[in-house]
Amino acid sequence: MLKIIFAKLSEGLNKTKHNITDRIDDLIFNYGKIDEELLEEIEEILITADVGMNTTLKIISELRTSLKERKINESSEIKSVLKDVLISHVALEEESKIDYTTTPQIILVIGVNGAGKTTSIGKMAKKYKDKNKSVLLVAGDTFRAAAIDQLKVWGHRVDVEVISQQEGSDPASVIYDGIQAAKSRGTDVLICDTAGRLHNKKNLVMELNKVFRIVEREYPEAKREVLLVLDATTGQNAIIQAKTFKEVADITGIILTKLDGTAKGGAILAVKDEVGIPVKLVGLGEKIEDLEDFDGETFIKALID
Amino acid sequence: MAVFEGLSEKLQNTFKNLTGRGKLNEKDIKEAMREVKLALLEADVNFKIVKQFISDVSERANGTDVMGSLTPGQQVIKIVNEELTKLMGETNVKIKISSKPPTVIMLVGLQGAGKTTTGGKLGNLLKKQGKKPLLVAGDIYRPAAIKQLQVVGESLEIPVYTMGDQINPVDIAKASINQANKNGQDLVIIDTAGRLHIDDNLMDELSQIKNAVNPDEILLVVDSMTGQDAVNVAVAFDEKLGLTGVILTKLDGDARGGAALSVRAVTGKPIKFIGVGEKFKDFEEFYPDRMASRILGMGDIMSLIEKAQENFDEEKAMKLQKKIKNQELDLDDFLEQMQQMKNMGPLSELMNMIPGMNSKAMKNINVDDKELVKVEAVIQSMTKKERKDPNLLNASRKKRIAAGSGTNVSDVNRLIKQFEQTKKMMKQMTQMTKGNKMGGMKMPFM
Repeated sequence: MLKIIFAKLSEGLNKTKHNITDRIDDLIFNYGKIDEELLEEIEEILITADVGMNTTLKIISELRTSLKERKINESSEIKSVLKDVLISHVALEEESKIDYTTTPQIILVIGVNGAGKTTSIGKMAKKYKDKNKSVLLVAGDTFRAAAIDQLKVWGHRVDVEVISQQEGSDPASVIYDGIQAAKSRGTDVLICDTAGRLHNKKNLVMELNKVFRIVEREYPEAKREVLLVLDATTGQNAIIQAKTFKEVADITGIILTKLDGTAKGGAILAVKDEVGIPVKLVGLGEKIEDLEDFDGETFIKALID
Repeated sequence: MAVFEGLSEKLQNTFKNLTGRGKLNEKDIKEAMREVKLALLEADVNFKIVKQFISDVSERANGTDVMGSLTPGQQVIKIVNEELTKLMGETNVKIKISSKPPTVIMLVGLQGAGKTTTGGKLGNLLKKQGKKPLLVAGDIYRPAAIKQLQVVGESLEIPVYTMGDQINPVDIAKASINQANKNGQDLVIIDTAGRLHIDDNLMDELSQIKNAVNPDEILLVVDSMTGQDAVNVAVAFDEKLGLTGVILTKLDGDARGGAALSVRAVTGKPIKFIGVGEKFKDFEEFYPDRMASRILGMGDIMSLIEKAQENFDEEKAMKLQKKIKNQELDLDDFLEQMQQMKNMGPLSELMNMIPGMNSKAMKNINVDDKELVKVEAVIQSMTKKERKDPNLLNASRKKRIAAGSGTNVSDVNRLIKQFEQTKKMMKQMTQMTKGNKMGGMKMPFM
């Protein structure tokens, strides 16, 4: 299983891999002993991967400590040390992984416009269905034009029903409907879309708050997963997104989308570091099966090996 | 939200001890440049561009400009701001209108950048300028993308041309030009599917559309939250298609939009428009100087003033000014002011545009649109007489007003106090700005 995932991830990260690996290999080839200049180059590589200044400095300092502890001063060995340091920044504990067994479950998917919420939901529905769970989708994005239709198309593709109301209706009320439907049908997994409204709009975040109150009140028996969708092309704004959404929602994890481009998604290191939210799933393309469970080691390996 | 502290503030701190000394040495400048570098990187400006920029600015700062200045901090900020503006292209570049209609605009970009919404917004803006737009649904891949454009078109009363999702986008684009010619539409905006710049097949499709309709503008739609990868995307699209410009989307509130700088710097193509909110009217022409301040976290006073001017009624403002001078300001005026302010958009957004008003400072000010609603309710629960003369408000009247507006007496009291303070402040302001033309800018809470 891991092998398949690894292959997929490697495939998706192929471009990414080339960039970073080539550059690191170049560096190592050009340097004999590890010196300040080499570390500065690594710093640059991390920043170019959207890791962000704060986290990059942290990683570099950890790398220094680690090199000293392990008494390494040949540049050829720096890669494995760097890998270890990076892995420690994205590692996901066993109990935080996506849970495909507990039922009933409610999954709320949140995030800014265009991050890929609806698409990720379609892919997730497929994953749960493949594991023989009954799934129901809720079209909670009542704001963006045709968002409901978009989810319905996905519902049709994976053969899962979509609970919806009209455009412009109260999202909390649609989700209420969804919960009632899930309860009466004994649905295993209820996945809710939400409006991809920008995180800096206070009143829009309030809308989410209401949704969470409804879930709390109406469906306390369900295991709750709140997933923030982050676009891998996003830079340092990812931290702000995570922080702002965390203020209203008990975010349990991140879905990192669009990792099949040339963007490196390094912002997730900063998000984990500064906001403490781990990545649980990664989106690697537009096909329905292009969603994988995140594995920190695989991610970093695919990145620098 | 301490991630982005105002750079201006940081620089002021860096130079705090220097004011009066009047001279900067190389070490001071180096320290300042470190702050600038951090601010730019935090704003997602591309690393290479930052490096070059810092070296350029350092050189200028080390020259005569700064030396001998009484406020070196301000001086350095000025240089940074100027250089940044220069890098972004100095002036606003309008879109090219074809002498032989229809003018054809093609929107391209990654998935989720906001092309469909932008198509509507752009059509709306140009329609207001007298054009007759036709929106073309060229995204046949994303589920419900066509429907989305149709909904957008309908709400803006702009016709949408679609041939469903089974026809090749190249043919759709071609046919749409005929359609526009037939119906006398002089502007065609083609929405295309989002795609990765490394997806050769789909990139080829864009070239084919380009060759088929020979567009006047090919605009790359870029999410302003894009990170370091923005340059790769922009270069790839530009090499393949020869872009004529860029539209920056989702530039509300927190997004610093450093990607704008990167894209401009690597492609040399101007940013023509920015999307600044989720409403269709939230779409503006791009001004490099304003963007420079924004990337640096220095606020955008120009946009604020313009927004104020747009929304304030000149005549009413004059009347008000007179009232303030004669100390006749009453609660009705107060209410009116507030309603005008509400028209300008969420308060928090306005506050963001004020230089030096970073999110940290804002926490203490606590601007809450809900508060406004409360204030409105309280004033509206007063009689005409009470609004004219708040001195009438005794305990029993206050109680009645609180009950009528669903608030507490303490809310009523707070409002009266606020009103008195505003009155005082405004009086001072008019004295201060006598002869100083401030247009209609009178803001009760600032």
